[in-house]
Amino acid sequence: MKLDAKIPEGPLAEKWERHKFNIKLVNPANKRKYDIIVVGTGLAGASAAATLAELGYNVKAFCFQDSPRRAHSIAAQGGINAAKNYQGDGDSIFRLFYDTIKGGDYRSREANVYRLAQLSVNIIDQAVAQGVPFAREYGGLLANRSFGGAQVSRTFYAKGQTGQQLLLGAYSALMRQVAAGKVQMFPRTELLDVVVIDGKARGIVTRNLITGKIESHSAHAVVLATGGYGNVFYLSTNAMGSNGSAAWRAYKKGACFANPCFTQIHPTCIPVSGHYQSKLTLMSESLRNDGRVWVPKTVEDAEKIRRGELHPNDLPEDRRDYYLERKYPSFGNLVPRDVASRNAKYVCDEGRGVGSTGLAVFLDFRDAIKRDGRAVIEAKYGNLFDMYMRITGENPYEVPMKIYPAVHYTMGGLWVDYNLMTTIPGLYAIGECNFSDHGANRLGASALMQGLADGYFILPYTIGDYLAGMPYEKVPTTHPAFKDAEREVENRIKKLLSSNGKRTVDEFHRELGKIMWDYCGMSRNAEGLMKAREMVVKLREEFWSDLKMTGVNEEFNQTLEKALRVADFFELAELMIVDALHRNESCGGHFREEYQTPDGEALRNDEEYAYVAAWQYTGDGNEPVLHKEPLVFENVKLTQRSYK
Amino acid sequence: MKLTLKIWRQKNANDKGRFVTYQVDDVSPDMSFLEMLDVLNESLIHKGEDPVAFDHDCREGICGMCSLYINGKPHGPEQTTTCQLHMRSFKDGDTIVIEPWRAKPFPVVKDLVVDRSAFDRIIQAGGYISVNTGSAQDANNIPIPKDKASEAFDAATCIGCGACVAACKNASAMLFVAAKVSHLALLPQGDPERAIRVSKMIAQMDAEGFGACTNTGACEAECPKGISVKNIARLNREYLRAKFIEEVDKPLEELAEEN
Repeated sequence: MKLDAKIPEGPLAEKWERHKFNIKLVNPANKRKYDIIVVGTGLAGASAAATLAELGYNVKAFCFQDSPRRAHSIAAQGGINAAKNYQGDGDSIFRLFYDTIKGGDYRSREANVYRLAQLSVNIIDQAVAQGVPFAREYGGLLANRSFGGAQVSRTFYAKGQTGQQLLLGAYSALMRQVAAGKVQMFPRTELLDVVVIDGKARGIVTRNLITGKIESHSAHAVVLATGGYGNVFYLSTNAMGSNGSAAWRAYKKGACFANPCFTQIHPTCIPVSGHYQSKLTLMSESLRNDGRVWVPKTVEDAEKIRRGELHPNDLPEDRRDYYLERKYPSFGNLVPRDVASRNAKYVCDEGRGVGSTGLAVFLDFRDAIKRDGRAVIEAKYGNLFDMYMRITGENPYEVPMKIYPAVHYTMGGLWVDYNLMTTIPGLYAIGECNFSDHGANRLGASALMQGLADGYFILPYTIGDYLAGMPYEKVPTTHPAFKDAEREVENRIKKLLSSNGKRTVDEFHRELGKIMWDYCGMSRNAEGLMKAREMVVKLREEFWSDLKMTGVNEEFNQTLEKALRVADFFELAELMIVDALHRNESCGGHFREEYQTPDGEALRNDEEYAYVAAWQYTGDGNEPVLHKEPLVFENVKLTQRSYK
Repeated sequence: MKLTLKIWRQKNANDKGRFVTYQVDDVSPDMSFLEMLDVLNESLIHKGEDPVAFDHDCREGICGMCSLYINGKPHGPEQTTTCQLHMRSFKDGDTIVIEPWRAKPFPVVKDLVVDRSAFDRIIQAGGYISVNTGSAQDANNIPIPKDKASEAFDAATCIGCGACVAACKNASAMLFVAAKVSHLALLPQGDPERAIRVSKMIAQMDAEGFGACTNTGACEAECPKGISVKNIARLNREYLRAKFIEEVDKPLEELAEEN
């Protein structure tokens, strides 16, 4: 297989315009002859489904939640970037492009990232026209803030609920098309397989989560917008239902999976409190604008604080280590996410962590409250402080907050070309589900931007190029390929339901997550990864022989839903390890302990690893095949990322 | 903590349903309410029993998927979502009664899970601004006073969980509808469709079988996002205003065709 990214010719700033001109169009009267399936209805899926329907295509949209309004995009707190330069502080499309490429540690495609920066401007216009209530200045114009390592104010926000407001905007656009009869909505329905006929994606097999009914849906093209796979770690900031199954099923049908080892660890989450814990809650990164991160200088003081013998407020200034300010004087507490996360791990590994488990650092607002007054801090972060108080039972106005890094976003995903098409013709992947724009690390406020750019402004153009060459004839769901896929799905379900072992799905998932976090998490090394691979394979065998299941398929069966997803996580986990092991360098969220600078920073190897690692499935039990898409940088100079 | 749970069990929409009593030990005060149910479910699965079905997803108070009527209150004793309710709100030895949302337009799917798709249909009736993708002008060409934007935002934060319906003795969806109508009526972008929107959304709300508002205020008291009943007043005003606009005198079916 040869990976062709289909990057258009010409200067960077003109590629997208030229490409749009060159791609084939579908006559408006013919658009109604095409059916498109969109799986997932978050920012990417809802915006794509709505826009495709507006254009005139017949759309079938699927989500596992009871309503598309519940998609996990709704939980994004921070904001969305756009190179509007409304503040006149030197922002530009090129600067947003440059920051994103550099922030991703030079492991993303120039052409894609530039297009993202260009379209960021249209996204804000679109959202405002839909009635998204962004923050405003007194004069009535839009307000901005700086966010996540950026030195310009380009982030648009709606308090700490930007994701919610943008999603509700896309959701309402989608509902409008449902009412117009152009989108048929399938809530509480989960994709269980992708159907490929004559090498092209022609449909999907789903399970109705209420009745258990297995159904086939045929279409001329299939769009996956199913989000990330961070829940492979069990504990993450993802919603409980977020899963990697759709992407994984596509991989097993021939779509390459790119950079699976690139996981973003977010530095400011509420730490784990007990073994029963089901998920981690993120505290907005904006807190780092005013909070100071520290731990005690000595292990002795940290132990005293952990045992409750010493109150953190009583530890004198000269016995505190504000380690980010000390090591990175020019960025301080605002260093990018991977740097902040890794340094939290280091100080906790040294035994200087706080909290009952020793796996936490302080995020202290004492000085900010002294400087600006409690009212100012309350106005800025009140809702976040309330949330923290509710979850932990501690008052962050009086006691420093405790935070720890947690799995947040997966930069890896299905490999797609410039048109967002996977290596299976007719199968597209958009939003977090693809690998394309964030490289090895994702900057704050860029995920919402990518989801909406893909859904509103890219896919609706590029999918036409493919469909224009497709015959109108529909494949009936009685086609043998659909029947085969249905049978395969039914067998998998039967096999799981007949399992009468001793351990529950959650117990297996927790164990898998721990292996991944310990050996393929914030930092990795070859020895640990090799060990982890063995452990995952062994645990997977136990999963298939010792799983305790309940119920039947023909009912609302949440145990079965979970089991199907975890079965896929087991396989995906192994690929993540394989990918992490082969990449003998450190970059962004992938930190290999063997490859670091003398002062402990990530050491990239551009000579040998400036490529996208795209893995091809070759059958169960066989090694996947690695295809490399070389990354060519013509417009930026690769430099060592330094935040000193 | 040791707790006694009385949980509504109902195999499916056609089953009659009944309360079943369970004991849980080792409940930590730091657990969320849903994590406590996870622990119960783990023990049920080990015993080979059917775990309790309940809806949940983000578990950080924003997706609106979690529900549960706990000791006679939507989302339990605190004014928050069930996922953000922690066991420190209860005492050792407590008995907790857990039921699904009870409202005719929210039929039970299984155990504690109900079907809230009526809310989606109300939004489909007009809870949006008709704008096609790519046709928007520059965002700063529509200045909006800061206080108006904030007011619209406060209404827009509704998470569609349905607690307002569950809290209402009439199973009214007025707070939910009012939040969306307010959000869009307060903004200049929403203005052209104001009259049509409110008329169609109310018609759909009635068609779904939600009851009328009698200004009891239970909805606001139980809303995890603190959506104000002021919005219901605005909804009524918008509805009345729409009645005086000629266009809306046409039968709704006709409007639907035009739109």
